[in-house]
Amino acid sequence: MMIKPPASNGKTRRVRKAGLVVFCLGLLLGVLALSLPGLDSGIAHAAELADTGADTATYQPAPKLTAADYPTIKGVNSRIAVWLAAQLHLWFAAFVLAVPIFVFIIEAIGMGTRDKRYDNMAYEFIKVSITAYSFTAILGGLLTFLLVLFYPHLFQYMSSIFKESMFYYALLFFLESATLYLYYYGWHWLQGGFRKWVHLSLGLLLNAVGTLLMFLANAWVTFMMSPAGVDPAGVFSGDAWAAIHNFLWNPINIHRVIANIAYGGSIVGAYAAFKFLSARKSEQRAHYDWMGYNANFIAISALLPLPFAGYYLTAEIYAYSQQMGITLMGGVFAWLFIIQAVLIGTLFLSANYYLWCGMGRSDGAVRYHKYIKYLAIVIVGAFLVWFTPHTLVLTNEELKALGGPYHKYLGPLGIMPAKNTAVNIMILFTTLSFIFYRRANKVATVSWASAGNAIQIALFTAGILNIFFLGVYHGYFTNTVYKVAASIPQVLTTLTIIVTSTAIDAFMYRGAKQVAPLHWGRVSDRSQYALFLLAVAFTWLMGLMGYIRSGIRQHWHVTNVFRDASPDAFTPGLGYAANVVSVGTILFMAMVIFVFWIADVSSRKTAADAYWKTPPA
Amino acid sequence: MRNFLKVLCFSLLVIGLFAGYSNYGIPQIEPAPPPVEEKLELGAMTMDKFIALGERLYNGKGTCTLCHNPTGGRAPQLESAATVASERMQDSRYQGTASTVVEYLYESMVEPSAYVVAGFGKAGSNDSESPMPDVSAGGIGLSDAELKAIIAYLQDLAGTDVTVSIPTDAAPAEAEEKTAEPPPAPRAALDTPDALIAKFTCGACHKVAGQVGAIGPDLTTIGATRDKAYLRRSLLDPNADVAEGFMAGMMPNIYGTQMSAAELEMLVDYLAGLK
Repeated sequence: MMIKPPASNGKTRRVRKAGLVVFCLGLLLGVLALSLPGLDSGIAHAAELADTGADTATYQPAPKLTAADYPTIKGVNSRIAVWLAAQLHLWFAAFVLAVPIFVFIIEAIGMGTRDKRYDNMAYEFIKVSITAYSFTAILGGLLTFLLVLFYPHLFQYMSSIFKESMFYYALLFFLESATLYLYYYGWHWLQGGFRKWVHLSLGLLLNAVGTLLMFLANAWVTFMMSPAGVDPAGVFSGDAWAAIHNFLWNPINIHRVIANIAYGGSIVGAYAAFKFLSARKSEQRAHYDWMGYNANFIAISALLPLPFAGYYLTAEIYAYSQQMGITLMGGVFAWLFIIQAVLIGTLFLSANYYLWCGMGRSDGAVRYHKYIKYLAIVIVGAFLVWFTPHTLVLTNEELKALGGPYHKYLGPLGIMPAKNTAVNIMILFTTLSFIFYRRANKVATVSWASAGNAIQIALFTAGILNIFFLGVYHGYFTNTVYKVAASIPQVLTTLTIIVTSTAIDAFMYRGAKQVAPLHWGRVSDRSQYALFLLAVAFTWLMGLMGYIRSGIRQHWHVTNVFRDASPDAFTPGLGYAANVVSVGTILFMAMVIFVFWIADVSSRKTAADAYWKTPPA
Repeated sequence: MRNFLKVLCFSLLVIGLFAGYSNYGIPQIEPAPPPVEEKLELGAMTMDKFIALGERLYNGKGTCTLCHNPTGGRAPQLESAATVASERMQDSRYQGTASTVVEYLYESMVEPSAYVVAGFGKAGSNDSESPMPDVSAGGIGLSDAELKAIIAYLQDLAGTDVTVSIPTDAAPAEAEEKTAEPPPAPRAALDTPDALIAKFTCGACHKVAGQVGAIGPDLTTIGATRDKAYLRRSLLDPNADVAEGFMAGMMPNIYGTQMSAAELEMLVDYLAGLK
């Protein structure tokens, strides 16, 4: 009879314990999820509502307020206070929700490849997000206090509709905290074999809870933009799911998940860049160079589909309310999209610049240097098309010189089809940059390499021609209503090219011969500033887009239902909004530097042996 | 520390560039303030004033020009809305119940899908559903009297007889609104031309009274070449005579309704005296 070694018995018990922990966590999440209005089926919830139909009579219409109903504190601008608190909370929340997503993926890659470097990098990423998590909670609390203090009627109205989801949000926050701390502090404990799987499962749970938290908060925000479940006077029907599942909820959910990943990548990229610049040893420079590259890769990967998600959101805003859509894109907010073009152009240029600098890591990249200037010309050209405004505010002399409000040649570049074409071209050429970077140190050895290259060239050529044709035909040979009809086939063309060419490349370079190894750390300092530029531009851009998203409600707390009668109900001018966003960005950056510093301090040790008594023998 | 300072300066420089571009690189458009409810004195209103009220609502509270404008192309132009109404009521696609032009125009504002002009329907609706909201509800919330004022304006715009009648009392919804938010006090009359020019920001476009606007004609010696009748007409109907080299439609057509007669005459006298 074989006797199992004690270690096996212990291992079995530990496996069972771990399994029990995972099961209990799953059960808890399941119970909470089923309790949430909105997560159970709409039909079941509707049936429940039908049984309690009398409840609807208890809801009040949205209050009609006057300026006197808004509490004030001398010397404090309540609108700016709430604006900054909300924006700072959002920046940190985006960061701490994004980091676990790619930490989970990197940890899984580490498990798949058994390459410890991935595990170390994932741990370092999550370490950075721990302090940021505290900031997120503090700022969320501050925002709630400010809303209760300065906008009590709004808070009361919103909580009368979303009371259940707010309650479960608070509970989920506990679960999120517990999971995050277990995930982080248990990193080195839950290593190897089944324990690693348990740890990865915790990462999955952390992401599931975090995403659910964001979706709930998104429901409140989007309800204010596109209210549902209320009548024109604001009387709530009692159907919480209808209020949550309002018209713009899913478009915002999708947009924010993608944007958060890109944003999280850019912030940890800035962390890696700072560490790279501060590193004294070549091993450290190599490590942080590699970390920065991966962070930039994450940021670009999410940045590529982001314009499409933004387009979907805007199309849904138009579908919900043409007035809101026109106010957004053709009204007072239209010029903000020129600023947005500058910012997104900055993001694409800095991300590409970083890749081009990174090609210096391998001597094999010399083969592709001659193409970089063409990539740069096309990307800058596309950026300039995106940047061209539709209408111009001109003096009479300028109007006369132009012959009208539109320039003869540049005017047509101001409309959406031209911009959609430019964005797709910019994305495709960024993909080309990445393909060149990826090939820098390798030579394909498969027999069909030439054919594969030819297919890729044909794919890009045909795709670009198709994008141009669609943009020109729909943009200039159809009436206004169909002008943006090109956007979906253009997006599909771009996605097809990206997916197909990446797949071909992956197969073609499987088992490729390394002609010149990558030397991590062999990259210029200025390339690291591209990573900082990416992080700062992304932060500023998020602040600007946050203002636009909130601002299109104009003088309404809840669009067309609950009027904002406060003294600050006006829609601010562009410069005013830009200044608030800039102040917010500076505050956020200061806090992020503190977060980086704390993460660094936690790994420092000071030898002070002489300070302590020698322990008795 | 050196790296920290370099990164800090770089970040501040980038933020400063974005802020600077937003402040100085693009036109600083100041959005209109939130609309304020206007108390309608319907009892004492002439048809001309009623039409002027309709025009104001059309360009302001009604937000009609957001979509019904020549550049956007997202909604039909309404210059001939009153003349084509009869034709549309006979159209096989017409789903409404109106039998007069006034009823048709009213219906088109509160039930826009009753007739959708070809090419302007919601995407995928085959022009059976209009993207236009019911302007008597929601955020626009025009009262019955306001809707009729817009009808008067559209009929006048089309050059047809204005057949809509001026209501005798304001709608209950509007009265209710008044209790929530009292209407603003009427503007005190301005007693100097400089105050008028400042109030109506003439200097933003014209060179006048120390202001150096360049979009409209230079007014510093306008009295030497134009008489009072011309100046009065230019204020009341800016597109009646457009100075050579300048574009029509640039000057707002609001001064006839926003200035009192005394203020208008004071400004005409002032301009005529600039020689």
